[in-house]
Amino acid sequence: MTNHWTDIANANLILVMGGNAAEAHPCGFKWVTEAKAHNKARLIVVDPRFTRTASVADYYAPIRTGTDIAFMGGLINYLLSNDKIQHEYVHNYTDVSFIVKAGFTFEDGLFSGYDADKRSYTDKSGWSYEIGEDGFAKVDPTLQDPRCVFQLMKQHYSRYTPELASQVCGMPVDSMRKIWEEIATCSQPGKTMTILYALGWTQHSIGSQIIRSAAMVQLLLGNVGMPGGGVNALRGHSNIQGLTDLGLLSNLLPGYLTLPSDAEQDYNAFIAKRASKPLRPGQLSYWQNYGKFHVSLMKAWYGANATAENNWGYDYLPKLDIPGYDVLKMFDMMAKEQVNGYFCQGFNPIAALPDKNRVTAALSKLKWLVVMDPLATETSEFWRNAGPFNDVDSANVQTEVIRLPTTCFAEEDGSLVNSSRWLQWHWKGAEGPGQARTDVWIMSALFLRLRERYQKEGGAWAESILKLNWPYKTAHEPTPEEIAKEFNGYAVADVTDASGATIKAGQQLGAFAQLKDDGSTASGCWIFCGSWTEQGNQMARRDNADPFGMKQNLGWAWAWPANRRILYNRASADVQGKPWSPEKRLVWWNGKAWGGTDVPDFKADVPPEAGMNPFIMNPEGVARFFALDKMAEGPFPEHYEPFETPIGVNPMHPNNKKAISNPAGRVFDSVWDTLGQAKDFPYAATTYRLTEHFHFWTKHCPINAITQPEQFVEIGEVLAKEKGIAAGDRVRVSSKRGHIEAVAVVTKRIRPLQVNNQTVHQIGIPLHWGFTGVTRHGYLTNTLVPFLGDGNTQTPESKSFLVNVEKI
Amino acid sequence: MDLNRRQFFKVAAIGLGGSSLAALGMAPTPAFAEQVRHFKLAHTKETRNTCPYCSVGCGLIMYSQGDAAKNVAQNIIHIEGDADHPVNRGTLCPKGAGLLDFIHSPNRLQYPQVRKPGSKEWTRISWDEALDRVADLMKADRDANFIEKNAQGQTVNRWLSVGFLAASASSNEAGYMTHKVIRSLGMLGFDNQARV
Amino acid sequence: MASQDIIARSATTTAPPSIRQQEEVAKLIDTTKCIGCKACQVACSEWNELRDEVGHSYGTYDNPHDLGAETWTLMRFTEHENADGNLEWLIRKDGCMHCADPGCLKACPSPGAIIKHANGIVDFNQDHCIGCGYCITGCPFNIPRISQKDHKAYKCTLCSDRVAVGLEPACVKTCPTGAIVFGSKEDMKEHAAERIVDLKSRGFDNAGLYDPDGVGGTHVMYVLHHADQPKLYAGLPDQPVISPLVGLWKGVSKPLALLAMGAAVLAGFFHYVRIGPNRVEEDEHPSTPDTSVHVVDPAVHVYDPHKPGGQGEERP
Repeated sequence: MTNHWTDIANANLILVMGGNAAEAHPCGFKWVTEAKAHNKARLIVVDPRFTRTASVADYYAPIRTGTDIAFMGGLINYLLSNDKIQHEYVHNYTDVSFIVKAGFTFEDGLFSGYDADKRSYTDKSGWSYEIGEDGFAKVDPTLQDPRCVFQLMKQHYSRYTPELASQVCGMPVDSMRKIWEEIATCSQPGKTMTILYALGWTQHSIGSQIIRSAAMVQLLLGNVGMPGGGVNALRGHSNIQGLTDLGLLSNLLPGYLTLPSDAEQDYNAFIAKRASKPLRPGQLSYWQNYGKFHVSLMKAWYGANATAENNWGYDYLPKLDIPGYDVLKMFDMMAKEQVNGYFCQGFNPIAALPDKNRVTAALSKLKWLVVMDPLATETSEFWRNAGPFNDVDSANVQTEVIRLPTTCFAEEDGSLVNSSRWLQWHWKGAEGPGQARTDVWIMSALFLRLRERYQKEGGAWAESILKLNWPYKTAHEPTPEEIAKEFNGYAVADVTDASGATIKAGQQLGAFAQLKDDGSTASGCWIFCGSWTEQGNQMARRDNADPFGMKQNLGWAWAWPANRRILYNRASADVQGKPWSPEKRLVWWNGKAWGGTDVPDFKADVPPEAGMNPFIMNPEGVARFFALDKMAEGPFPEHYEPFETPIGVNPMHPNNKKAISNPAGRVFDSVWDTLGQAKDFPYAATTYRLTEHFHFWTKHCPINAITQPEQFVEIGEVLAKEKGIAAGDRVRVSSKRGHIEAVAVVTKRIRPLQVNNQTVHQIGIPLHWGFTGVTRHGYLTNTLVPFLGDGNTQTPESKSFLVNVEKI
Repeated sequence: MDLNRRQFFKVAAIGLGGSSLAALGMAPTPAFAEQVRHFKLAHTKETRNTCPYCSVGCGLIMYSQGDAAKNVAQNIIHIEGDADHPVNRGTLCPKGAGLLDFIHSPNRLQYPQVRKPGSKEWTRISWDEALDRVADLMKADRDANFIEKNAQGQTVNRWLSVGFLAASASSNEAGYMTHKVIRSLGMLGFDNQARV
Repeated sequence: MASQDIIARSATTTAPPSIRQQEEVAKLIDTTKCIGCKACQVACSEWNELRDEVGHSYGTYDNPHDLGAETWTLMRFTEHENADGNLEWLIRKDGCMHCADPGCLKACPSPGAIIKHANGIVDFNQDHCIGCGYCITGCPFNIPRISQKDHKAYKCTLCSDRVAVGLEPACVKTCPTGAIVFGSKEDMKEHAAERIVDLKSRGFDNAGLYDPDGVGGTHVMYVLHHADQPKLYAGLPDQPVISPLVGLWKGVSKPLALLAMGAAVLAGFFHYVRIGPNRVEEDEHPSTPDTSVHVVDPAVHVYDPHKPGGQGEERP
């Protein structure tokens, strides 16, 4: 979230789209009801289904799954053509005036630089700014230059007329206009809209671009960095934010630092490439400090063994030959017998990943699998025959499976990062059952055993293991306190910070501004620096005071970065440093420094007249409508159909077959044959969770099993009547990849939509059942989902695919 | 109402048997003081925690039986929302309100187990057996398949033939330690549940 | 709460020893804020240590399928198309209304099995319950259920154990959106009035409070978007009243009945209360419930909440 849960109460308008906040995040959704109650806010819901969120909305409109860019593109066009934008904000805080290189084009659904054979944009050289002789990007503040971002954007979205958008989305033009008009009112400086989304936006082959299109709308309205504004990802799991912050992904290191590629053999060039210099005069470009963050990480991991001489242990880090070995890639390699062993720590891939049969086949090729979990997951028993729900022959599965019991939240101390980026400490209340152990204990035990073996026997590249810093007082079970202090960071030698204060060697650091690139500081995750200082554990703070009545609660727990609650909050004040509106005051310039109801996301002592802009992490200092070369499929979001499309054509580009679905989407060669077509699988399907259950966990809890005991699918009344299906009947839902059987819920909440002059029916498929647990056993829903996804995030397209439905 | 005759006679018989004497007003009164069930949390120990399900991060109070004295095994008997927490303000959704059944789920794993190739069942093993086995498997594979240099002779120090999927609800401390250990091995097939 | 807090007691003619004056409490359920998440259901079961059976899906979101001895509150979902053709998903938390004039208590023949506290809570004391099921007959909302395990009647206690020590009921505390609130009855009415103003401003012209006079008002009240049509909400009675015959039993017949104490007389009387005069032909015909309205088979002793319609069929 750019903003945070309680801040939703500051909104005047709430758009829930690509998510179902009432259903998936009920306690966070309370702040929507608070905004309605105390702020007279209105709630708009756009979703393929009339959801629980829609049940309390002021306005609801249906949309065909996977067509959100058409809706947002139409909205961008509406805002630009009706001049409903926050001018001062857009002109000063975004890239609208920047001049784009002449090489950038967009023709018939494809941007410049596309290589059809490789299905990717191999030449992104045009996707950048014109750079002047002074080394800075060229701008035209009049916005008249036809190559400026404003003009290019206007031209790009002029194609998204209400009629065409409606043809794509299946949302009636009237409904669309009604919503757009209401959203447009939030371009007034004193009014903000917040957008709440979740996996309903991410789980598409164009997911990242859907979210970008929403961000563009919010920038046009001047709603980023504002209280009650922002683009808010409601993360799914309790600590998926934290584990992402800590870089537990193929290509990352903690704090969104990145691993080197094979070509980056030169350490200094590796750092220089990441330490971006400002692209406009007077801008902060905070990533200039990259080297300090990286060196401090290596000091935390390798201690005295990370030295200037060995480039801070540069060779201890693995290098990447491809962009990343994400989970889809690993399962593809597994199927080709290129992976021998695999670990699943609190992750149930045969339930969570797309195409369960493919995932099961891949696991069966492993020599060994280790599962660490508090619960008996399906993955740990993928080899067990569970009748139709898991029809495998155990004797043919030659994988050795070792299952290790872990503790759960109630049985350990530690911190989690919620969607608001708050690090909150929790305490142990009881011992785990039987011989369950913490993940830290297990990882330490494995590490110590490996280190011992490498010490005794030697082996491949033992250095990176033997030199790892392991300073914990009880080596086999480091305490959560020790670890938290390490990722916060400490002074290795005496250091002096900008204010002249000295932090003595061994003392905890107070903020990431104190980090150095000379080896005198250690910090395992620079963005968490400040969470455990000399003043103690900041994550355990419990002061819930709200002195300004702006719901910022700065004394509760600790938020990264630097305890600031709303990102880009400098943009909540105008160019002179004054809040855009007294009701939306967040930070302001008091004549000497920035301050206010939140920790300023800015250099505190830089006066407004210095011209430094609010988006300090970007080298240009402003927010980007034009994404440069950062996205796989182009600088501007464009609508492409789901890979399994119910209409078989992209109405935006009816004559270009290369532009039906995302030209740069992630599809493995072996997957094309597993895609179905509308003639065999005529219905658009979408998967989701229900409020009664949490993924595949609560089916192990009797009290939750009672409230949704049995697998079902949702079918609209019109289609059900056509197919002779009544509520309570059992139906078979099949895709090209397999089938499931479930009870039919026949509902008015899913309506047929008119799309591209044909009727499209949508089927809703909740995902909570499986062949373990105390609910009635069922099929894993992801049996139906295609094994492909977004080219940026590798997120699978679980929200849009094709199925058939038959009464059994 | 469509009470049928057989059902009616059951009602009448049981009703009368119980009610006749009592109906004469001769019921004892001492039970008055026991009208309300005893408040079950009176002497439980309270521990603050955070809900492990979604990303709202609701504050919890866990109530456990026992006062944490030496001879007591604390047993969590009730969980409710932390009223001080600025986001949930004491509320919990149906998952959070049912957390007690997660802690005490009949499907909690209790012991290390192994399923041998081709087998249809689990065998219980000790922690030492389990950890030694996993460490041996890891080392054998790493030594066999580790790539120190690529075809161009560049130093790459990576291990691709073993992968690790990290959790989505483990603590930062667990996640940090996992990352530190996994990267030190040179592993790149490392991912978490951010995508699904 | 102690004996002095009790102001009415079933089948007891002596005056209750109530000397304390307590403010009446109430739970207000705002159906317009309710998202149907069932947190209240789960919190209720968790607090009261109830675990109903894991049932089936019957093609609706209502689970368990009905109230039961181990399910004291339940969300009931209704899809309603309003006059403008717009869909509304009306969701109502069902459970004991804690009537000021409780029909269950009036009908109960066992002294002290049903009591009413000065704060308005109507509670069942299973120690004194004889399992006759008359409370079900007396209840205009069809709430109490007889347990198959111990043949006692059960229903929501308004968490009398929590309220007694100064806490709110478990369902109130947990409600994520603040759709369930708790306080003095006066405060709850005031809160409801504010909600109704807001709802009218959002186009719900008939928004209103449900606090029906027919049972003397209730200590569980609803805010409804369509207060003119309570029945839309899964059959919430438009004008609930206690059957006049229950009053007759208490007022006039009871002394007579006590005098006679003939099995046939009393049985016959209740048979009349329940189903009217005997008809000869009725015997074991399967009931066919109207699924649009949640009517429960009043044959309380064979009533099994896990077998809707009394069919008890096992699904494939």
